[in-house]
Amino acid sequence: MKIFGAKSARAASEAAPSPRNAPRHVVLRVRGGALQFGERRLWHDLDFDVRAGEFVAVLGANGSGKSSLLKVILGQQQLSAGTMTFEGSPVTRGNRRIGYIPQQKLADEGAPLRGRDLVALGVDGHRFGLPLPRAARRREVDELLASVGASEYANVAVSTLSGGEQQRLRVGQSLAGDPTLLLCDEPLLSLDLAHQRAVSELIDTHRRQRDLGVLFVTHDINPVLDMVDRVLYLAGGSFRIGTPDEVLRSEVLSELYGSPVDVIRTRGRVIVVGVPDASHGHDGHHHHDDDPVVSDPGSAAPSGGPRS
Amino acid sequence: MNGIDWADLWSQVFNFSDYGDLIVLLQNSIIAGAVLGIVGGLIGVFVMSRDMAFAVHGISELSFAGASAGLLFGVGVVEGSLIGSIVAALIIGFLGAKSRDRNSIIAVLMPFGLGLGILCLALYPGRSANKFGLLTGQIVAVDDPRLNSLIAISIVVVVGLLVIWRPLTFASVDADVAAARGVSVQTLSIVFMLLLGLAVAVSVQVVGSLLVLSILVTPAAAALRVSSSPIVVPLLSMLFAVLSLVGGIMLALGGSVPISPYVTTISFAIYVVCRIIAASRARRGISGRQALV
Repeated sequence: MKIFGAKSARAASEAAPSPRNAPRHVVLRVRGGALQFGERRLWHDLDFDVRAGEFVAVLGANGSGKSSLLKVILGQQQLSAGTMTFEGSPVTRGNRRIGYIPQQKLADEGAPLRGRDLVALGVDGHRFGLPLPRAARRREVDELLASVGASEYANVAVSTLSGGEQQRLRVGQSLAGDPTLLLCDEPLLSLDLAHQRAVSELIDTHRRQRDLGVLFVTHDINPVLDMVDRVLYLAGGSFRIGTPDEVLRSEVLSELYGSPVDVIRTRGRVIVVGVPDASHGHDGHHHHDDDPVVSDPGSAAPSGGPRS
Repeated sequence: MNGIDWADLWSQVFNFSDYGDLIVLLQNSIIAGAVLGIVGGLIGVFVMSRDMAFAVHGISELSFAGASAGLLFGVGVVEGSLIGSIVAALIIGFLGAKSRDRNSIIAVLMPFGLGLGILCLALYPGRSANKFGLLTGQIVAVDDPRLNSLIAISIVVVVGLLVIWRPLTFASVDADVAAARGVSVQTLSIVFMLLLGLAVAVSVQVVGSLLVLSILVTPAAAALRVSSSPIVVPLLSMLFAVLSLVGGIMLALGGSVPISPYVTTISFAIYVVCRIIAASRARRGISGRQALV
């Protein structure tokens, strides 16, 4: 497995056509966004932009509406109030310019599916008819496979691949159709540390090369901490957005949660301690409802545990 | 002398006298078998990738109930089995979106359907051979109108599958991403259940409701053992299903045993061979990986 190092990512950023500090065009714009299921208000008055080439991590407790936010962007869920535009027009279902990477699930053994087929579904899986072999399609799939370093197992059954390999293919799949925005819903979940690193660096490399806006939902910021431009933190029906240094601070999160929360920074990692258990409701989603809240799974300090 | 007369048993199971005449007589059955093999082999691939083998069994029991009711009330076996399987397929499709829900719904429906079918058969005053045939198959009974209806329904299923092939594959193997990319996962699921209901109904008429799985699941499962190519697997699956059905009918021609044991045995033998091939490949370390260039 090829692992993209931090150096190659940096080199890619230097090769990018426009400088990082120049203002980029807004890919996604949310104004006064609110989402409510019956009595339960997930968030309201949400205002934020995602610009081209920007990596935004979405953090928050369970049930804070992180995944629901992605559903709204994908057009699968309507905002209760406010507006959301993608590339200047209201979001719609099935927009080809939005790539989507879900959490890794073990692929089913019952499906005839090789690595290249998974990627090919991203290219034309939404069209009716048979997947007839065409040279142009094959070339596109080959290029996508090569761009995520998955050529080696292009013809291997997906069910026999490791979680990291499957997520690599998903990155390739999401890049089909030349998206300008990449939505990642816990893509590192259930991967080991080396694969977490490899997959997040792969996403980072492509957002720099392709000037992609990335919205990265995660319960643990640490694997992507050095790639993140801004953090959108959802909690208690409200939100904060800013650089990790601005948002991941004890006073900011304490105010957001309405109870004392400690943010500990140690050895380049961020650990949030004392987050109140917000999982009384749920996101309207089946997955990651019982995950630990923003914390380092490898650390000794359990989130929501006794505060030191 | 007691015990089994082996020579007599053999001639009951395999008997090829007057074979040429019989083939002409059973031409319809052979055509029906070939058509059914294509339908079963093709839809079986999706049955496997959507993990719906149990659903096929459930639908076929309700199809049996419908066919028995059709026989009892004089509506017709074909019509009855069609109604039974479509109702079952839609119930499973609407109520069983999640696989856990689906399995319990099927487990509830299946004995009810079987019981209903047995009730109708018990009340039916006609010959008992007809009754047994609904459960275990009756290849002799394919007359011209029946063959035509079988071919018409099969064309609907095959054309339907070919049209929705790509989005259905996407929705089957990768539902979240398919939905994100704008594929109507729910609509496709209901359309698929309708097609599956039709496929089960035609299969029940030939191989019987107890043995539908040997046509709709075993060939696809065998093909998946030896390939994971989305083109090779459906082709192999159809080939296996046609071989089982046509081969089974040819062997059954002369004997006085029902057709289903021949079909299920060939189908099972193909599956075993495919497993052996897969195991020997795994032992030799063939995985399809290539060196990174």
